[in-house]
Amino acid sequence: MPGRIIKWIDQRFPLTSFIKHELTGYPTPRNLSYWWNFGFLAGFVLVLQVATGIFLAMHYKADVAVSFDSIQHIMRDVNYGWLLRYMHAVGASAFFFVIFVHMARTLYYGSFRAPRELLWWTGQALLLLLMATAFMGYLLPWGQMSFWGATVITNLFRATPFIGDQVVVWLRGDYMVGDATLTRFFALHYLFPFLIIGAVVIHLVALHTVKSSNPSGIDLAHKDNIPFHPYFTAKDFYGLGWFLIAYSVFVFFMPDSLIEPANNIPANPMQTPNHIVPEWYFLPFYAILRSVPSMVGGVVAMGLGVMMFAFMPLLDRSHIPGGAHNRPIYKIQIYLFLLDMLVLGFVGYVPPTGETLLIGQIATLCYFGSFFTHPFISRWEEQWLIRRGLSAELLALMEQHAQEEEQRRKQRHQHKWGRA
Amino acid sequence: MGNETLSDGDRRDFLLMLTTVVGGAGVAATCVPFVASMNPSSDVLAKAETEVDLTGIEPGAVRTVAWQGKPVFILRRTPEQIKESESSNGILDAQPDSQRVQKPEWLVVIGVCTHMGCVPNKEGPGWVCHCHGSQYDDSGRVVRGPAPKNLEVPPYTFEAENKIVIGRA
Repeated sequence: MPGRIIKWIDQRFPLTSFIKHELTGYPTPRNLSYWWNFGFLAGFVLVLQVATGIFLAMHYKADVAVSFDSIQHIMRDVNYGWLLRYMHAVGASAFFFVIFVHMARTLYYGSFRAPRELLWWTGQALLLLLMATAFMGYLLPWGQMSFWGATVITNLFRATPFIGDQVVVWLRGDYMVGDATLTRFFALHYLFPFLIIGAVVIHLVALHTVKSSNPSGIDLAHKDNIPFHPYFTAKDFYGLGWFLIAYSVFVFFMPDSLIEPANNIPANPMQTPNHIVPEWYFLPFYAILRSVPSMVGGVVAMGLGVMMFAFMPLLDRSHIPGGAHNRPIYKIQIYLFLLDMLVLGFVGYVPPTGETLLIGQIATLCYFGSFFTHPFISRWEEQWLIRRGLSAELLALMEQHAQEEEQRRKQRHQHKWGRA
Repeated sequence: MGNETLSDGDRRDFLLMLTTVVGGAGVAATCVPFVASMNPSSDVLAKAETEVDLTGIEPGAVRTVAWQGKPVFILRRTPEQIKESESSNGILDAQPDSQRVQKPEWLVVIGVCTHMGCVPNKEGPGWVCHCHGSQYDDSGRVVRGPAPKNLEVPPYTFEAENKIVIGRA
């Protein structure tokens, strides 16, 4: 009977062939390490956030008069409301954590390089959507940090040429962040996750076109691929177990550790807290904003800081296949960059004094410097590595890539000028 | 309509272009009410004026009142503060003190940092914004960045010796 049902469906919808093509027969490099779990984990957290978020929305009220109290209502009165809220709040941090690891892995192993540029760029779009969603969600509890965070970030749009002040008022629907702002942020906070789901589908279509990269950074021969299911469903679920342990430690034992205490005070438009800090996942970018002395410059630098990752496929001029595995200088660059991110995060957290401002400015210069010097360093590293001698395997691959490139160039030429 | 009009390529191109333009204009026009609905509503626009009684503010003290949802600082300046403020024109956004006050004793400024919109705190001479470290003097003029401009002076008028209306010029 089940066989007959599936047959009935298959005549009308490509169910079996879809599962075979995308799951049980989907070719996956057999050497993927646990660093390749984080894409799956990001998808899992997305589902978790949507599920907890929808149930929270059944009890939350978006109105400046009652929204702060409705959070207390969820925490005290709603059955398991505390659990839903802590899962959602910790889930936001978990989301950024797995995305940051996912991005660091992509950079380290050079997974963003050809032919995966579009995959990387759809990921960049997903990062922007995630940041926007998290930012709008943070206003909803209507605490002091919610209010002043939203005030500072909407104020960034004053840097818009000519119509900056009008844009800020338009975004807020009021002269200050107020009721109009809260209700629209709630509406959009509910909408954006579905845009994220759509973007994830595009991300996955791109992934299944170019297939996964792997730790060697070299596209494997056909014999080195194994089906995604059951091998990597098993590996992903094993990783998920570890993730859930860490996640549960936060949800059940230290749920307040990532919530700023000042956000337990209701929003007060007349009084800014002495030390306002964004959530930890925005700290490095916040530090860049503060490091630039001019307002417009700071806003541009912060926006560029988030967008710099998208330029990586263009900035990397090396022809050595793979990532840090084959490139010792690139490996050092990656570690220094991660260190710089940590310094920026620290500077973003502490109050602005003369010293921290200076450290932040140096770290900001290093941040952008590591991108802008990359074309020269990567080219120099390539020549140095070739002089030093490459393995026969890598040389053969580079030769093959060069030939393919030459072939493409010839075809373009013929297409343009016709056959001689 | 004859066959020659149906196969007239120029006519088809023109109609296609015209349809695209009209359709595009229609879509753009439809967007207007959606975009406009996000601007301040009538009830937000209505909270225009705030009346403030100045009695009871000691020399050197600040009172913060709400106007259009924004904090407004009213500083009753001491003779020393007035002298200090009149002695310079500020540093980053030069403006004489006389243009910023109606009566030298009373400074009325919008308490919103011109950088990112935080509310500065009264500290030492002037104000310090704790969000990003901007400093203002006792005339509300910016003396240390990143704020680009002086604290804004709202429109206000003295209704009586000890009463001002903010929002009415």
